Amino acid sequence: MNDTLISARDVSKIYTMGAEKVHALRGVSLDIQRGEYVSIIGPSGSGKSTFFNMVGGLDTPTVGEVIVDDCRLADLNSSQLAWFRCRRIGFIFQSFNLINTMTALENVAIARIFAGATPSEARKDAAKTLERVGLGHRLDHLPSEVSGGQQQRIAIARALVNEPSIILADEPTGNLDLNTGEEIISLLAEMKRNLGITIITATHDMKMLSASDVVVTIRGGEIDNVATKDELNITIGSIDGETVMKE
Amino acid sequence: MNKAEQIPNQVRIPWGTAVSISWTGLKRRLFRSLITISGVVLAIAFLSYMTINEAVLGALVQINDPALNASLQQHGVDVFTAGSVDPMLRLLIGLALLTSTVGILNAMLMSVTERIKEIGTLKCLGASDPFIVKAYLIESTMQGGVGSLVGVTAGSLVAIAVSLFNYHGHVFSAFPWGPVGRDMAAAFCCGIVITVVAAIAPAWTAARKQPVDALRIDE
Repeated sequence: MNDTLISARDVSKIYTMGAEKVHALRGVSLDIQRGEYVSIIGPSGSGKSTFFNMVGGLDTPTVGEVIVDDCRLADLNSSQLAWFRCRRIGFIFQSFNLINTMTALENVAIARIFAGATPSEARKDAAKTLERVGLGHRLDHLPSEVSGGQQQRIAIARALVNEPSIILADEPTGNLDLNTGEEIISLLAEMKRNLGITIITATHDMKMLSASDVVVTIRGGEIDNVATKDELNITIGSIDGETVMKE
Repeated sequence: MNKAEQIPNQVRIPWGTAVSISWTGLKRRLFRSLITISGVVLAIAFLSYMTINEAVLGALVQINDPALNASLQQHGVDVFTAGSVDPMLRLLIGLALLTSTVGILNAMLMSVTERIKEIGTLKCLGASDPFIVKAYLIESTMQGGVGSLVGVTAGSLVAIAVSLFNYHGHVFSAFPWGPVGRDMAAAFCCGIVITVVAAIAPAWTAARKQPVDALRIDE
């Protein structure tokens, strides 16, 4: 059944840098279905992050439109956009972007507070979500007191706590070692499976593709290829404990 | 169908919650906060010292004791004008407060620059522009409050101690409680006002920062 959640229509983004105009996206059109796990791949500077920013309501297209859940993002004012980002989108970043002065619990609870929860409700929900990602024993630790993988789990809990319909993960395994990266990928896949969340990741990580339903390749600001996992024919092997993937 | 009109405005965070978030942040960024606070402490201590010293000297002159007047003159006090408004003194205090305001403004702008990625992240999580302004103004009010309290206490104690050292028991016999209390309260309020005024531009800068630009900055 066709259940389009995100629709980008002929989206172009042009940045003006002095006298020069940089085309970050050139007429990108893409539909993403509800509950899909979509990986966006492409070389650095290909426009992956720009596309992410458009879908997350962090930036506006120069030309074209982005529609999320039947809502044209360009029509929202800054307060509505803040509501949209808070309730509909969960952001996960490569460098985790946790607030260093807040504990794990506070980092997650702040997202609930922005959604209108009282501090005690927020702390309760945050504790429950951290428990779900396996960090029930690290609630009062500062980000600097936990490992990179645990920091990313806190970020995932923060992204999930408001029960968004979309998770945007920008290189979520980029700063993690092989095993921790795999744990994060399976955690995201589990969230997609159990909660029906649409997951969109920008990645260079081939392991990430094996969990994806659709892989979109962007080059030079244009969509080069859209393929399902089956079409890509990804195989996973292992040599001396290291994961090896073939396309 | 475009459902944009069905999207509500972002919720307003209650003052109590915003105060609690700001207080926790200030405590954990103690060293950074102390730099800003120290500017307020110095300015307000100077203001308190000057005004209280002036009030005490004015009260001592009022005693009209020849021996005390001689002692006052020995310490360079003009017994005919002591306690009245000295334009040079006012100018000096004004310049000190202006310098302090610029210092606090600079410290707050530095704080915005240092926390730019945090501001971007908060905006991704749903922080609205008014919340960012509110958080910065609450932080500055707290810093101004603490700095003013320490500054008033330090300035007053030094002014009274210097008077006691120079004029001994005469100070307490004619201590101007009313004017001193008024001067202390005025200095405290002045400290908060200059801190909040100095924080307005940085708070506005932080709130207007587009999340996409804030997140692009590498730490």
